Amino acid sequence: MKPLEAVNDFVVKFANVNGSGSASANELFARSILRMGVPVSPRNIFPSNIQGLPTWYEVRVTEKGYLGRRGGVDLMVAMNPQTWDKDIKEIEPGGYVFYDSTRALPKSKFREDIHVLGMPLTEICNSTYTDPRQRQLFKNIIYLGALSALLDVDPKAIEQLFSEQYKGKEKLLDSNVKALYLGRDHALEHLQCPIGLRVRPSDNVGDRIFIDGNSAAALGAVYGGASVCAWYPITPSSSLAESFQSYCKRFRVDKETGKNRFAIVQAEDELASIGIVVGAGWNGARAFTATSGPGISLMSEFIGLAYFAEIPVTIIDVQRGGPSTGMPTRTQQSDVLACAYASHGDTKHVLLFPEDPKECFDFSAQALDLAERLQTPVFVMTDLDIGMNTRLCQPFEWDEEQAYDRGKLMTYERLEAGADFGRYLDVDGDGIPYRTLPGTHPSKGGYFTRGTTKDRFARYSEAGPDYVDNMQRLQRKFETAKTLVPKPVLHSSSQPARFGAIFYGSTSPAMLEAMDLLAERGIPVNALRVRAFPFADEVVDFCNSHPWVFVVEQNRDAQLKTLLVNDSNVNQSRLIPVLHYDGTPITARFIVDEIVRHAAVHSVVPIKKVVS
Amino acid sequence: MTYIAKPKLHHPTLPANKIGFTRRDYEGKISTLCAGCGHDSISAAIIQACWELDIEPHRVAKLSGIGCSSKTPDYFLGNSHGFNSVHGRMPSVLTGANLANRDLIYLGVSGDGDSASIGIGQFAHVMRRGVNMVYIVENNGVYGLTKGQFSATADQGSKSKRGVVNSDSPVDLAALALQLGATFVGRSFSGDKGQLVPLIKAAIVHPGAAFLDVISPCVAFNNHTGSTRSYEYVREHNEPVNRIDFDYWPKREEITVEYPEGEVVSVTQHDGSVLRLRKLAKNYDAHDRITAMNYIQQHQAKGEVVTGLLYVDPDPEDLHRHLNTADAPFNALSAGDLCPGSAALEKINASLR
Repeated sequence: MKPLEAVNDFVVKFANVNGSGSASANELFARSILRMGVPVSPRNIFPSNIQGLPTWYEVRVTEKGYLGRRGGVDLMVAMNPQTWDKDIKEIEPGGYVFYDSTRALPKSKFREDIHVLGMPLTEICNSTYTDPRQRQLFKNIIYLGALSALLDVDPKAIEQLFSEQYKGKEKLLDSNVKALYLGRDHALEHLQCPIGLRVRPSDNVGDRIFIDGNSAAALGAVYGGASVCAWYPITPSSSLAESFQSYCKRFRVDKETGKNRFAIVQAEDELASIGIVVGAGWNGARAFTATSGPGISLMSEFIGLAYFAEIPVTIIDVQRGGPSTGMPTRTQQSDVLACAYASHGDTKHVLLFPEDPKECFDFSAQALDLAERLQTPVFVMTDLDIGMNTRLCQPFEWDEEQAYDRGKLMTYERLEAGADFGRYLDVDGDGIPYRTLPGTHPSKGGYFTRGTTKDRFARYSEAGPDYVDNMQRLQRKFETAKTLVPKPVLHSSSQPARFGAIFYGSTSPAMLEAMDLLAERGIPVNALRVRAFPFADEVVDFCNSHPWVFVVEQNRDAQLKTLLVNDSNVNQSRLIPVLHYDGTPITARFIVDEIVRHAAVHSVVPIKKVVS
Repeated sequence: MTYIAKPKLHHPTLPANKIGFTRRDYEGKISTLCAGCGHDSISAAIIQACWELDIEPHRVAKLSGIGCSSKTPDYFLGNSHGFNSVHGRMPSVLTGANLANRDLIYLGVSGDGDSASIGIGQFAHVMRRGVNMVYIVENNGVYGLTKGQFSATADQGSKSKRGVVNSDSPVDLAALALQLGATFVGRSFSGDKGQLVPLIKAAIVHPGAAFLDVISPCVAFNNHTGSTRSYEYVREHNEPVNRIDFDYWPKREEITVEYPEGEVVSVTQHDGSVLRLRKLAKNYDAHDRITAMNYIQQHQAKGEVVTGLLYVDPDPEDLHRHLNTADAPFNALSAGDLCPGSAALEKINASLR
């Protein structure tokens, strides 16, 4: 079998044991390629476990900058005997396996059509290090060194990363550099370097940054002015609150007094987390919680209260595989309906769908504005794929000129001047009433907040007309939300396209790559990235202007499609669901295959013959 | 309850407090609870306490859960903001509100169903965190609004109005609060205003988590023979350990009242205020958490209801102190205080390449 040959376009997958210290070495590998100007897209595929179970790290090297998961593996770094057979099976024909050859493996353990690269890693470690922990940790750095030789990765790039990481810790720096060259030199001496897969310096990274979505969302919350964060640990959102804590320690400690301009409470459960956020929002502080699907289920009662009592709340939902405990460490977009209609009774909530860390930053900050402007819960619908993987994205930006939108706050001065205050009075016709904060005025503007029905002046009322009046105003408010949320982004095909595709969130890189591949196959597709619910009119127009529209999602039940049909009166027969929900991030290959299949069913003859 | 609103006019000699408010200024809407309900007496005690303390009514935030007791914040301090939240979740809402603005007084009102059953988790954790608040449970042993089911504080062996005997062990919220770290724990009886008003005042002044378990008979569903929460039973079995004779803090005159004989103990609080306790039970030390817990349990076993200031920590810590939060209320912070700005963001970008 001819070995695979590719420059700056291949997939390396690391199969490791959880807790073996491989994560940082693997990330160094990805970063070193970035430093060579070649885009990479890494993904952690990890178990719900701290130590012992299998974990993988997949790095897609992509000159063209396709940041979605590609599928398939060209080089497997097989460091985990538990998953050996499965890992070997996954390698593309002509691909490579790199493994620890200290103990000989029978021939039956390999495949005829792959190329085997063995290095006695354990032996090298045992003869170099005496401390068992060092033997384990440096094994990762040694294979990193070997890979630099095998793939033509510049060792100077890795050294540079070491020196940034171990600034001021010279001893650690030296020992890591030593281990790196131990592996590199051994490979250069004993293996044929480089192999068919190579990294060539390029200039395609630009000024983009490399960060995970949870950190980005946390930073967005800091910039957006959140001062209260209440949360309960849950994968995959925990690192968001922890990241908020570390950014706050950096940016929100008063230099003179040493006191914090933030309060973070790790609550006893998700009910308390959202309760604290509701209390803080009611009292005028910007507050948020970060959670995942099971947390949303628990928070639902409070979400209904915040909707009905009209309290600003920001919820960042880092979605994982559901239902129930589901797949805690796998990705999905399966909370869309649960969040859009969270809680009993007639409720509807604002959802924002970030595509990457940059938008996690932007939307988290914007959600805090929207929540106060609309006095309602606002959800940032990220997911594990964006949240827990470092992703290349545009640098963060902040407009100093733009003030926080505190919404309609009735002040002491206005009350004193005799302003007519009714807590649920629609003064401006946009469905958004004015609110006062507790303690504003000694005798005016006080009111009783409740989850029960009330009249325009916040007085308890179960009278039908009062109830209907209030519910209709809430509906008007939702219409107003439509004009305030981020607009959809259109990606037009360069050729006239009969098919449209709607997508959102982490599907973005796979969809954009699929558009290119489909165009090559003669199936041009216009794609619209939905960034918020309620849907802007552009979304409905897009659906109406294409005979068929694929709705590409990462859930089983076509949840966004349901929302489109339910809430925007889009003709259901135009919409064709493309659904990926096995817990792995959706790939361009999957989207292309599905669309090609449907395109054939809808009797469209491709211009070029389909090759698949 | 009464259907007739009190006229806004009041007698010109109705006394005003130091800041010019009469008791009427601390009233709220007309109660919709049953005539004779203990909860209305507690509302009246809250009104009296706030008036006596010269608190500006709008500087109090009233929070509650769901149930008869949780409706009461509508019936006092009508110019204050109130929040009738969801069942059993008042503590978390109060915690968030307190974090947003540390300058207000937070008064949480709950019931035994709200706090000892559905909300026992939040009850526990708000005490653990030491949120600066007054948390009052209006404890009647039954679910009133749903017509007389036992609550989790109902005594084992007590009988419901329908004749059902409660077989479950009771939750003692005061004992729980003591164990969980509340820095002020008291128990009182809605029918003993003389004891209750000073306790509420002391709880308001206390700069930490103050809990008051107030036995408040339900006249509709739990005031019969066989109940251990009836007016009659509580009067007979009330075992007060002390009485707050008068309270004093800077800028205030002492209020002296005649009380029964007994030893007087002064408790100086962190802010300089002094509580004077007249001991009614020999050897009861309200500074000792462990003794307090033992004493309550021993008397509980005898079917007695121990009331009074059960425990006070004169130098309590609260959540804000634990979180080292800034002095300025968070809800008044501006973008300048909160946003690190674009130059800092450029640095972050540079570190991510």
